[in-house]
Amino acid sequence: MDSGDNAWLLTSAALVLFMTPGLAFFYGGMVRSKNTLNMLMMNFWCLLVVPLLWAIVGYSLAFSGDGDFIGNFDKSFMRNFDMQGNELMFMIFLATFAAITPALISGAVADRMKFSAWAIFVPLWSILVYCPVTFWVYPGWLAERGSVDFAGGTSIHVNAGIGALAVILVLGKRKGWPEKLSPPHSMPLVMLGTGILWLGWFGFNAGSAGAANGRAIQAFVNTALAAAAAGLSWAVTEKFRDGHFTNLGVASGIVAGLVAITPGCGFVTGGSSILIGLIAGVVCALAVGLKSKLGYDDALDVIGVHLVGGLLGSILIGFFADPEAFSKIDEGYEFLGGLFYGGGTELLVEQILANVVTLIFSFAVTFAIAKVLDLTIGLRVSEEVESEGLDIREHAETAYSSLDRSTI
Amino acid sequence: MKLITAIIKPFRLDGVKEALKAVGVEGLTVTEVQGFGRQGGHTETYRGAEYKIDFVPKVKIEAVVSDAVVDQVVDAIVTAARTDKIGDGKVWVTPAELLVRIRTGERNDDAV
Repeated sequence: MDSGDNAWLLTSAALVLFMTPGLAFFYGGMVRSKNTLNMLMMNFWCLLVVPLLWAIVGYSLAFSGDGDFIGNFDKSFMRNFDMQGNELMFMIFLATFAAITPALISGAVADRMKFSAWAIFVPLWSILVYCPVTFWVYPGWLAERGSVDFAGGTSIHVNAGIGALAVILVLGKRKGWPEKLSPPHSMPLVMLGTGILWLGWFGFNAGSAGAANGRAIQAFVNTALAAAAAGLSWAVTEKFRDGHFTNLGVASGIVAGLVAITPGCGFVTGGSSILIGLIAGVVCALAVGLKSKLGYDDALDVIGVHLVGGLLGSILIGFFADPEAFSKIDEGYEFLGGLFYGGGTELLVEQILANVVTLIFSFAVTFAIAKVLDLTIGLRVSEEVESEGLDIREHAETAYSSLDRSTI
Repeated sequence: MKLITAIIKPFRLDGVKEALKAVGVEGLTVTEVQGFGRQGGHTETYRGAEYKIDFVPKVKIEAVVSDAVVDQVVDAIVTAARTDKIGDGKVWVTPAELLVRIRTGERNDDAV
């Protein structure tokens, strides 16, 4: 690796780390004010627990060895690293991805999950769900069959999205839902979080090229265009359906576009990213309405945005993947072509298979984790705590105070 | 002395403040409040679902003044706060039994 590659990857790792605080504010603004700090803490908790776990054992389980189901312990505690190949840098870069994945689930369980249960859920889920799925999608059997996932559409967004569904099915609906609406308490915080996420996502997607090369530039451009296209198409969908351009629609659309381009950003070229973004904005805007029809309380639309957007983006690679263009950008970079680029249906079938496998495995194991936590320490706060607010009762803190306490 | 209380539209606050200064009022208290009258509330949207906000933001101003200037002060508020549209608010006057300036201990009209 040359110094340019090193500089870009170190920068990318820091950008991706900053996405988790961005997500915290994106979700934190959307919850009711009495649960703001609980939401921030759920996200920051992932930044504490997951990178430590990743360095100790997670990276090794997800990327070491040639087993079928999961990696081995050879690289636990950062032993046996290829220091010439800068494996230490890849470990810390990927630690930031591992951290944000369970954090995505916090949006679905908002307003009602016991913090102690979340504190244990995060490391359990990282080891039992994130590590095996990442192993299959990257060094393992799903990748060997031919499926691709540039920056984590399947292993991160589909995985966390379906996991979110499993947890909320055990957790139950918020009191009063769906009759009682819970609109965001601070849209400015949501917009700030959206901006931080968008910034960080350049490290997430373009950093996943693993070098400062042509692939990274194409991924960077795809990320910028897909996010803008999806923000636009979501906002226009709402304008025609409901009569207004809303900030929440723009924020959700940008994130949906970023999610949808994540798996394909290093495989598609030209206008494909714009098309993927436009489709994602409309489809996800319609998908967030499913929860009230189907009766699952996905508080902040993790399923409608991350699961649906991730699936969509991953499957669209089967249509838009363009290996010929990339062979001119980066020599020796090879993958199957999409249906629209002369590749036939092989890649499309592999993309569908990889996602179906992830959906089934992640749902089953996440459901089991949630069920065990529910039967042992309890997953949900009492009705009294839920009404009073999680900030005061779970953390003994208040986000907003009308009187400055230092003067009392 | 009388306590003058007025509920006005927030964007009229500056105009009312200047009008009160012009008639010699030397101090007032302002509070951001919410409520509803004939104007009712408004609707906002969340993911396409409309919901009603019943309480409209208003500003409440309060000042204690001498009996002699009550009409003048009320007129100043009414003139400055009026937009001729629904939701302009209300002014009312209540007797104030005792007024004390905390720093000096002056009472009643001396404390206005």
